[in-house]
Amino acid sequence: MSETKEIIISTDKIHTDQYLVNMGPQHPSTHGVLRLLVSLEGEVVHHIQPHVGYIHSGIEKMCEAISYPQIIHLTDRMDYLSAHMNNEAVALCVENALQVEVPDRVKYIRTIMDELSRLASHQLWWCVMGMDLGALTTFFYGLRDREHILDIFEETCGARMTVNYNLPGGLMFDIHPNFQKRVKDFLKEFKTKLPEYDELLTGNVIFRQRVDNIGHLTLEDAIAWGVTGPSGRGSGFSCDVRKHQPYSAYPMVQFEEKLDTKGDSFVRYRLRIEEMWESIHIIEQLIDNIPEGDYAVKMKGVIKLPEGEFYQRVESARGEFGVYIVSDGKKNPYRVKFRSPGFSNLFALNKMAAGHKIADLVAIMSTLDLVIPDIDR
Amino acid sequence: MNGLFEYIKTVFKGVGTLLTGMKITGSYFFRPWKHVTQQYPENRETLKMFDRFRGEVIMPHNENNEHLCTGCGICELNCPNGSIEIISMSVLTEDGKKKRAIDKHIYHLGMCTFCNLCVKACPTGAIIMGQEFEHAVWDRTKLTKVLNLPGSKIAQGVKE
Ligand code: SF4
Ligand code: SF4
Repeated sequence: MSETKEIIISTDKIHTDQYLVNMGPQHPSTHGVLRLLVSLEGEVVHHIQPHVGYIHSGIEKMCEAISYPQIIHLTDRMDYLSAHMNNEAVALCVENALQVEVPDRVKYIRTIMDELSRLASHQLWWCVMGMDLGALTTFFYGLRDREHILDIFEETCGARMTVNYNLPGGLMFDIHPNFQKRVKDFLKEFKTKLPEYDELLTGNVIFRQRVDNIGHLTLEDAIAWGVTGPSGRGSGFSCDVRKHQPYSAYPMVQFEEKLDTKGDSFVRYRLRIEEMWESIHIIEQLIDNIPEGDYAVKMKGVIKLPEGEFYQRVESARGEFGVYIVSDGKKNPYRVKFRSPGFSNLFALNKMAAGHKIADLVAIMSTLDLVIPDIDR
Repeated sequence: MNGLFEYIKTVFKGVGTLLTGMKITGSYFFRPWKHVTQQYPENRETLKMFDRFRGEVIMPHNENNEHLCTGCGICELNCPNGSIEIISMSVLTEDGKKKRAIDKHIYHLGMCTFCNLCVKACPTGAIIMGQEFEHAVWDRTKLTKVLNLPGSKIAQGVKE
């Protein structure tokens, strides 16, 4: 009899191990080749270890062999959704190193392009976020509106995503004669479309159940992990480079840095929608007042930076994007380092998703708006 | 009792939010002319890309089979990935002087990133960006092109 008792007690104490599951690198919700090593306890996520490097393209190393104007075209390929901001960061860094002042026209156009990219990026993020949570409709609605922005880019810059529109000292081309009209038409239309986004997804009960009070990130963690952009601002981390270190035409425009302290998935979602309204607001202030002037200053045929270290940061659609150039006075940089927002944001995922169900991991990852080439540059 | 009432209220509210979304999709369902999709490739004849669209690098020739390229090699220097190779030759001008001219302007379309730096750098405007975008071929050697046409020569009066 006593034997039976023993057995019953020991089943009580059966120790369940955590098991490790690979999410990705071919998982649709990782939006690229990202591998997350997830330790699970049942369905509950215990720890997440991201493994990056599957599409590492060695851009930083390639930059050491090419000249500064050529570096810009590679930055298109890192965060392809904020190509304009990445381009601009390198261009600004070189301009600051050479102490070149660009004309106001360039600053205005750069800022408008930045904000258009931000809109396009957030539109894509919105539609993909819906798709990750099973709302396929949003995917088509978001892409529909993004198409207009890509048309604007294509007409003025010649390409839809890999725009390569900035050069050290100015822009590749002047804006197309249709540019202002097209942008205004788009804004007018998009202002009627953006409320549809709210009706389709923001209020949707299924969506709200998936994102409300899930994936909390505290302010301390956000700062400690360097989470920037709307993801950081959702935790109350005031980190908008456009406000704190204004560049281009940002000192001349009025806009608000959207902040919240709650730090859950829904807040990160809402801040991006609000940022879209702010972007529209910024473009409206600039589009009618683009000053006359040159679209580029004359630069030397071969651009050489003085010896030293130069850093420039800009606010890309995902957060703070930084370019750090070490120059030894030659026409190629000695070392280039890109501080990409996606990389820092990704590694805070563990803080947000630990303790939640594995299905929530997908939702939380969507709110980080990851672009894998930006992480694996 | 209150709990039950609250529960039913949430259910109705939830269904309401779903209906709001369906109102939008429904309204587009009945307004098909609001669609923006293009019927490619059916619309190939009428499809026109934007003037600045960067599809490939081309070298325009005039009716006498003349181009503007001097063979200076600046485009080759500006290309970030070696998509352009310039093979130049020297020719004798009428007054007996030696002059550089283009032999082959080799363009590797398969490597090109369409960055526009070569076009921007060319001092004579000999190369421009073409609007062709259907570049799929069965054999990748077809992606290596010689841009100056056979038998072509430089147009009169082009200064280096
Ligand atoms: S477009 Fe850029 S990559 Fe292509 S050939 Fe010209 S310089 Fe080279
Ligand atoms: S295309 Fe232009 S830059 Fe290139 S070799 Fe000819 S003239 Fe020089």
